[in-house]
Amino acid sequence: MVSPILELTNINKSFGHVHANKNINLKINKGTIHGIIGENGAGKSTLMSIVFGLYQANSGTIKVNGKEINLRSPKDSIINGIGMVHQHFMLVENFTVLENIILGFEGELVFGKNLEKAKKDLKNLCDTYKLNIDLNSTISDLSVGFRQRVEILKSLYRGAEILILDEPTGVLTPQEVDELFKILRSLNEEGKTIVLITHKLIEIMDLTSEVSVMRQGEMVGHTKTKDTNKEQLAEMMVGRSVLLRLEKSQVKTGDVVFKVEDLTVKDDLDVIRVKNVNLNIRAGEILGLAGVTGNGQTELLEALSGIRKVESGEIYLDGKKVSDSQNFLDPRELKEKGLAHVPEDRQRMGLVTDFKAYENLIFGYHDQKPFSKSSILNHRDIIAHSKKIMEEYDVRPQSPNLITSNFSGGNQQKIILSRELNENPKVLLVGQPTRGVDIGAIEFIHQRLIDMRDRGAAILLVSVELDEVLSLSDRIVVMFDGKIVGEKENNNVTDRELGLLMAGVV
Amino acid sequence: MATVDKSKVPWWVSNLIVPLINLILALFVSGLFIFIAGENPFEAVRLIIYGSFGYIEGFAYTLYYTTNFIFTGLAFAVAFHCRLFNIGGEGQAYIGGLGVFLVAINFSFLPVPIVWLLAVMGAVVFGAAWAFIPAYLQATRGSHVVITTIMFNFIAASLMVFLLVDIIRDTTQMGPHTIALPEEQWFPSFEDFAALFGIKIRYSPLNISFLLAIAASVFVWFLVWKTRWGYEMRAVGHNTQAAIYAGISPYKNIIIAMCISGGLAGLLGVNEILGVHHKIVAGFPAGYGFTGIAVALMGRNHPIGIFPAAFLFGILYQGGSEVTFDMPNITRYMFVAVQGVIILFSGALENLFRPQIENFFVNRLNFKAKA
Repeated sequence: MVSPILELTNINKSFGHVHANKNINLKINKGTIHGIIGENGAGKSTLMSIVFGLYQANSGTIKVNGKEINLRSPKDSIINGIGMVHQHFMLVENFTVLENIILGFEGELVFGKNLEKAKKDLKNLCDTYKLNIDLNSTISDLSVGFRQRVEILKSLYRGAEILILDEPTGVLTPQEVDELFKILRSLNEEGKTIVLITHKLIEIMDLTSEVSVMRQGEMVGHTKTKDTNKEQLAEMMVGRSVLLRLEKSQVKTGDVVFKVEDLTVKDDLDVIRVKNVNLNIRAGEILGLAGVTGNGQTELLEALSGIRKVESGEIYLDGKKVSDSQNFLDPRELKEKGLAHVPEDRQRMGLVTDFKAYENLIFGYHDQKPFSKSSILNHRDIIAHSKKIMEEYDVRPQSPNLITSNFSGGNQQKIILSRELNENPKVLLVGQPTRGVDIGAIEFIHQRLIDMRDRGAAILLVSVELDEVLSLSDRIVVMFDGKIVGEKENNNVTDRELGLLMAGVV
Repeated sequence: MATVDKSKVPWWVSNLIVPLINLILALFVSGLFIFIAGENPFEAVRLIIYGSFGYIEGFAYTLYYTTNFIFTGLAFAVAFHCRLFNIGGEGQAYIGGLGVFLVAINFSFLPVPIVWLLAVMGAVVFGAAWAFIPAYLQATRGSHVVITTIMFNFIAASLMVFLLVDIIRDTTQMGPHTIALPEEQWFPSFEDFAALFGIKIRYSPLNISFLLAIAASVFVWFLVWKTRWGYEMRAVGHNTQAAIYAGISPYKNIIIAMCISGGLAGLLGVNEILGVHHKIVAGFPAGYGFTGIAVALMGRNHPIGIFPAAFLFGILYQGGSEVTFDMPNITRYMFVAVQGVIILFSGALENLFRPQIENFFVNRLNFKAKA
């Protein structure tokens, strides 16, 4: 019988009226990889922040190695061997890896022998766990995947026996995810205990040996990973059974309504990111664009929606030319022509998070009737409209006057989606529609996209989630290094084929 | 470290209690200054209150200062909603005054109310034009408005001195000022109104520009929160990327916001030229443009907050001069320091105690909710 290295008993935490953690009991066994899974807002991150000393629980006890401890700040947690890698990294960008790691200890380390010793220890850690980090490189030169490793190294160097990772794969490319998992496995083999917070079932099945499921602030189940399956976990997470594969009717495609010819686009640094791309999308069809992040998808979407200038090539909407290198319609004019765009990054582009929900629900359409008449905003109609679509799209809470940043990620996404779909666009460009969105909302969003397709919209779906592309698309193209490297009908393609195309192998 | 969940903080804590505590702290520190200078701080407070409220002319002076601070505070606030720090209120007000004078003197053949209307428009157009150049440079070249507007304050001051000395000086006088406007064009003053009701009071600079300031406040509220332009300006200010995505032009909105801001600052010229001096006097903006920044910050860039903040600074200006009269150890500069302390606490150090205060109230309220 293995002994629990970390034991939580009756943890409670509330923020105002929100009871984020209710009577949580959790045992994490030494030397395991323990997954904690739940929808966004289920209370996973709050719970782990309590363990890491960022928040204090309202009640309950925490035991490490059977000894009750009092965690008042992250310092206490570090002393007790708990390390955490946050979703957003805590690194100084213009410092080197070494400088970042000794930050806070530099008094003892900066000079003389101690620094040499620290370097040696760090090198040993890197070798043992195959982290492969150059201690002298500057953080800003490192990719996201490497930055994450620096965070892991930092925790290890400070003596972490329990390593908590909060949604570690959200920012990584598929290859980086594989690398990370390798590292985590090797850490585990060396006896470290790993706690993985995620909402991705596939990661739980891949990596963990035990799993705990949270739902609405409560712990709803513990099990050994090998005794369960995706469907069962998904059901526990949302409290009902979910369809992982969508039911889709047969395609009844119409004419080509959106056509891209020989499109080339540069990024802000004048680097060509999209190279001679050709696309055709018919009415009633979802064209999936698969690819590893950073292969030109972002620039392509921006060019198609009028945000970014076209370097060469042409874009046609409904048979009429809307953009080439000389003339192009701006996003507003394209909207009027029936093109809607759900951008990849909702916080950076899709929303003004400081705005109230109703202000975001008319964003980009705010100058149209009935929202504004002779440039004066029609408050009553806007609120009525907002209430209506918030209900229709099940945005929670249904309060148009709430500041948008107070909505969860999934509900923010629904705000954007409802705004863009409500206009019944002829062409819909969708980027990462379910990034950081919980499983219940994913299902809802997917269903809406299928409905749009069935009503005859031409949809371009850009996603890094291969599952999403596979389950929604009628046709799939793969983008690699700015070029379209393959096109497949969805009925005769496998993950493997697409994966090879995405990696640029074929 | 505990963090405050912003959405749980009641509006009256962040908008009333926090500014009030900052103000009390500032007054406390100012009191220390006065004490060190060898005077009784409580006596100073009494004098401030007496000076600004105690007699009718004193109160009129307070409202006159309030008028100027409303204009410059609103000016800063409008630009700030587009995340532009318009530090150039001073220069825009100066040039706005030039607009008032040139219009009034050149259209004096028209009926007086029409001259007034045109003069107000002149103030707005000249102030806006002076703000347009930094705005254009910001929008097209990315030259930061903080830098350019400060430089434009100096350019405005030099330009006006040049004009007042060499071009539009009243040649019958020695001072750097223009000739006076015809008397029928002068704005009715508070004195004139009092006389209508048979009350005789002594001179004060308060005039109907005060009503213009209130109208401007309503205009700003309506513009920022009720129109498409305000909506677009705020969108650009909060998230430029998202604005571009929604087809809102940052270029256009930076220019619109700065021009409206400059126009509002220009209105200060209406109060000073039509209402008080009746001519352009060198240096008439007298720092109101800068104090307006503090007023806007303290009023949280909302007209409803700017009004009391402007009034508070009005009290300090007027009450402060009363103190310097009666207390030999307190000089005029001492009160500049007091204003500085208030600006420091309510502007620069605004967030110094905010988390603690908000936390305190949030915990208190939770405690009550549970009990």
